[in-house]
Amino acid sequence: MSQFAINLLFVGTSFALYIAIAIWARAGSTSEFYAAGRGVHPVTNGMATAADWMSAASFISMAGLIAFTGYDNSSFLMGWTGGYVLLALLLAPYLRKFGKFTVSEFIGDRFYSPTARIVAVVCLIVASTTYVIGQMTGVGVAFGRFLEISNTAGLLIGACVVFAYAVLGGMKGVTYTQVAQYCVLITAYTIPAIFISLQLTGNPIPALGLFGDHVASGEPLLAKLDAVVTELGFKEYTAHHADTLNMVLFTLSLMIGTAGLPHVIMRFFTVPKVSDARWSAGWALVFIALLYLTAPAVGAMARLNISELMWPNGGISGEAVTTQQIENEAEYDWMATWQKTGLLDWEDKNGDGKIQFYNDKNEDLQAMAAEKGWEGNELTKFNRDILVLANPEIANLPSWVIGLVAAGGLAAALSTAAGLLLAISSAVSHDLIKGALNPNITEKNELLSARIAMGVAIAVATWLGLNPPGFAAQTVALAFGLAAASIFPALMMGIFSTKINNTGAVAGMLAGLTVTLVYIFLHKGWLFIPGTNSFTDADPLLGTIKSTSFGAIGAAVNFAVAYAVSGMTKPIPQEIKDLVESVRVPRGAGTAQDH
Amino acid sequence: MSDNSSNDAYWKANVRIILISLVIWALVSFGFGILLRPMLAGISVGGSDLGFWFAQQGSILVFLALIFNYAWQMNKLDIAHGVDEE
Repeated sequence: MSQFAINLLFVGTSFALYIAIAIWARAGSTSEFYAAGRGVHPVTNGMATAADWMSAASFISMAGLIAFTGYDNSSFLMGWTGGYVLLALLLAPYLRKFGKFTVSEFIGDRFYSPTARIVAVVCLIVASTTYVIGQMTGVGVAFGRFLEISNTAGLLIGACVVFAYAVLGGMKGVTYTQVAQYCVLITAYTIPAIFISLQLTGNPIPALGLFGDHVASGEPLLAKLDAVVTELGFKEYTAHHADTLNMVLFTLSLMIGTAGLPHVIMRFFTVPKVSDARWSAGWALVFIALLYLTAPAVGAMARLNISELMWPNGGISGEAVTTQQIENEAEYDWMATWQKTGLLDWEDKNGDGKIQFYNDKNEDLQAMAAEKGWEGNELTKFNRDILVLANPEIANLPSWVIGLVAAGGLAAALSTAAGLLLAISSAVSHDLIKGALNPNITEKNELLSARIAMGVAIAVATWLGLNPPGFAAQTVALAFGLAAASIFPALMMGIFSTKINNTGAVAGMLAGLTVTLVYIFLHKGWLFIPGTNSFTDADPLLGTIKSTSFGAIGAAVNFAVAYAVSGMTKPIPQEIKDLVESVRVPRGAGTAQDH
Repeated sequence: MSDNSSNDAYWKANVRIILISLVIWALVSFGFGILLRPMLAGISVGGSDLGFWFAQQGSILVFLALIFNYAWQMNKLDIAHGVDEE
């Protein structure tokens, strides 16, 4: 059977499974559509949260970003897991106690203001839509590869599948489907990692293999990797090169953003009890950690494999791989398949029949290059987002593993896209239309408007996904910045302070969102339209602070403005103080009430 | 609901656990993983140093411990202050 047929079989079977579950658990009432009737066990909920959370960014993109940058991209690892600590300690139990369906409902009630609710909805839609753009980027890569078509065609097909899939079921369909998706994606991620770890280090656990010895050379794997990449003129893998301030702010933005993302918070509304919300966050992180502890090993080992494949004869002092080898040898097949997606390319610039891969911007290598007649790096294009999907092919693993990874990558992108679309649609139909514009809307029309909102969101995200503002994980990082600057501070102050009033909260959210959005647009283009930016992340407006790191500053602005404005306006009424008191204690958390 | 003074004590105890947890949270990630990495450079862990290990593995493991510890401590605290769910 050809690789293409195997991929199709794995992807087809996994899709049939998800759709079967979605139909089986098809949502009936609005309560089931949003929150699965609150009957979800903490472990199940944790697993579904993990699938919801680990998107194309985590599965497809993150290890690639770590592979090509090394230590400096550890921010993704710490940021996307550290946020769960904030979520579990600062938000989840209290929001569950509050007992409504959406994040904006809490903000609207706590700050006794329909305006606050609408502002929260706007923040939520902006952050979630940005997030979906990142997912669509990943979906395009995955579909492009497994259907062996261009990235753009893959993106368009992927968009149709995501839409059909999210409209089919509500949260309940999504909850149980996501458990299935988690199982598919974690198997798909760890199996190739185990194979590769065994090949390179003899240790079946990739996280331990990363710190183990490289079997072929006998040196520690990381020391070997550092030696190999510096020889090719790249920066040392394990060393700290990034600007420290930017790295700290970036990590913090990802952490706060994690705790402020509505589709993740919504998960904690679906557990039966307050104490379950606390455990649930822990279980979610257990399932997430399985992937996150493996990802740095995947990145490092892939980087080593690629470097050695391009220089199969004793490193850079030997001979580079020949174009004949690339065309004829089985272990280079992946290069031809990925070339079709337009995300990988090479060019024999000096016509010597070999492909030299090195850092041609490194001055130390230029003398050697001139002497040997090299005319620049010939592996001209290597999109970071293809690394995880190409990894089993690069390591020459059996074809069923490659099929499994294709299915896993799609599961990751689909599950998150569906969760985000649900968050967007509930924000529009439940908070905006039912909560503010037309409180008498029928249940049927509410569900209809939810589905229309999903359609619009995915159309916008697909259109922007054709020209994404960065690799999948970087675009997603922008969404985190927006959530960090707008939603998280409002929720936290709502629970931990009895000083913040309606005006303060609204002013804070608007200030945080606006300043962050403007900063991002200044660097990435207005509405992410390419060419409309005034600055770049290579030379940012404020010192070394990149647009992806600005969320933490936006959050600080939000807190400061909220406190200042609240201090100047009327204190909060007694009944809201009572509401805050009651949210703080678990006793009396019944089932959710709709209103 | 129990009386206000007990609720206040419960809340103070909760905030205290949160603060301690967040200090550890920041120490392992921003501290050991980034800012204090040069100080830990002498402790080698499999081809790199302890700071690198914390940045790519250790911090995640500590985060897990923090969340489960919090859930466990809070469940005890809920019962001690009589505010647990029946």
